[in-house]
Amino acid sequence: MTAKERTYLGVPVKKPRAAFFEFTSCEGCQLQLLNNEASLVDFLSLLTIVNFREAMTEQSDEYDIAFIEGSITRDDEAEQLKIIRSRAQTLVAMGSCACFGGVNQLKNRFNDLAWVKEQVYGSQAIDTREVLPLSAIVPVDLEIYGCPIKKEEVEKVVTNLVLGKSIDYPRYPVCMECKANHNVCLFDLGQPCLGPITRAGCDAWCPANRLGCWGCRGPAEKPNVGQLRQIMHEHGFTDEQLLDRLECFGGFAQYVTELKRTAKG
Amino acid sequence: MLFRVFAKDHLINLYDILAVNHIVGPMSKGFDRHGAPLYDFDFIYDFAELQLHYPATIHSLKRFVLPPRETLCTFDLQKDGWQKHVDYNAYKPTVYFGLHACDINALNKLDKVLTGNVYPDPYYAAKRKNMFIIGAGCTPQPFCFCKSMGTDSVLHGFDLFLTDLGDSYFAEIHSARAFAFISSLECREPRQSEHQRFMEVAQERMNLFTCHVDTTDLTKILDLEFQAEVWREWGRKCLSCGTCANVCPTCYCYGIEENVDLGLQHASKTRHLYSCNLIDFAQVAGGHNFRPESHDRLKYRYYHKHRGFVEAFEESLCVGCGRCGQSCLANITVPEVIASVRGEGGDHA
Repeated sequence: MTAKERTYLGVPVKKPRAAFFEFTSCEGCQLQLLNNEASLVDFLSLLTIVNFREAMTEQSDEYDIAFIEGSITRDDEAEQLKIIRSRAQTLVAMGSCACFGGVNQLKNRFNDLAWVKEQVYGSQAIDTREVLPLSAIVPVDLEIYGCPIKKEEVEKVVTNLVLGKSIDYPRYPVCMECKANHNVCLFDLGQPCLGPITRAGCDAWCPANRLGCWGCRGPAEKPNVGQLRQIMHEHGFTDEQLLDRLECFGGFAQYVTELKRTAKG
Repeated sequence: MLFRVFAKDHLINLYDILAVNHIVGPMSKGFDRHGAPLYDFDFIYDFAELQLHYPATIHSLKRFVLPPRETLCTFDLQKDGWQKHVDYNAYKPTVYFGLHACDINALNKLDKVLTGNVYPDPYYAAKRKNMFIIGAGCTPQPFCFCKSMGTDSVLHGFDLFLTDLGDSYFAEIHSARAFAFISSLECREPRQSEHQRFMEVAQERMNLFTCHVDTTDLTKILDLEFQAEVWREWGRKCLSCGTCANVCPTCYCYGIEENVDLGLQHASKTRHLYSCNLIDFAQVAGGHNFRPESHDRLKYRYYHKHRGFVEAFEESLCVGCGRCGQSCLANITVPEVIASVRGEGGDHA
């Protein structure tokens, strides 16, 4: 990667050294970063990338920003994460797995993890434990939500990071973006949807394609989960259907406990 | 105002004359879970798509004059400054075919805010000036309360207004260009019997209104009931999702966002329509949020529509289209909220 000097309004811009890591995940978020060929060169020239297994072979342990995909499911991952934290000035959790545990944390639903391990791996047991988000092990500076992350959002975050601008996220629910796209409400079409309580920023990607939201970006600020539950009931959906969605990516963990206590079939 | 009558099967001729422009009108958007047809405003490319006898649309036509997201200007960044490019994003005249009185009144109200002040909004004005509006009579739906808001008929802000008389359309002509278009159709001045029929149709429509909002002394009542418990009850239901503001034909609040392109050579300023129900609507620099509670935000939305605007313009900012209540998953509707504030209705929350 050529080290072309970048300037912003005539002022040289420092290129932070960035490293990309993955823990338990599908690596789809990192793939998203490499997907947008049209802006890939500009994206790469904002950063000096020193570690990106999916894109290059060279490696270095000196970096300013660590972008981390995946959740923590093994002790060695936890240790590795602590080392990364000690080296990086800014630690970015990237995607639902890193932010909330993601789809992986579904296994936490089982009370008996030993039984699960036996069912999945039989006699060839591997070292795996309860799934945790990065923030359960180390302090996280920035979270980029979504399963997968949205490339445009990462580009915006990185641009603002490099220019020293503030980074802000929508705090309101997906409905706002869904309506802005003039979609027909999925409840009107007879589908359940977590849009009313899930953090926006995805541009209502799934609802626009007539797939009800599963909450991959986690809760909006102060979500009215109780009211959504009532709405689900009124539309003929059960608590179990609501829980399936709330538990899918792990972002709603704090609301799930309360709901389970009072859930009806 | 001039009046003309033309046979219904000539409507397609009017459409064809106007079709050199973009045409926006009500069109079918499938069916809901109960099998009821859904309609929305969209670009029409074929006369057959135009559903002039639609009951109501899900969204208003606000997106054509105040898009949810609009790039206001772009910048080419240079070493010692920048070049700014402004684009009002209005390129072609657009015909709005078949607006109900409520939606035309909504545009008239938006005009008061966005063009009738010291600093008119050029992005809105550019689109607004490029409109040719054909109104169409409607059938009041169970959720329509325009009659209570005084917006069930429209006096200005349209070029042409069509009322269905059965086998012909009664056209109210309100602009010279509309007269020119209508004159190229086979039409004639209405006969006395058609005057009669026109008034009968208007009366029949009046009799169909079932939903009402009592606006008597509403500004005062809202002041008196500022601390009423009912606001908290509605607040507990509210999802703070902004759906009401999005479907509302007169909500115009927005935020501005500036972004630098990835290449650091260009930047843009974008306007996003916002909603006063969203959690950070009243959050200011430094982080303080003046309205962190959902019930406060919901209340202020009602105060803006039914009190603040009335004091400023002697009319409500609500046109009674009922879209907000229809779209609200939590079933928060204007007639029920106002009734509860007036101490009527009771069991709502």
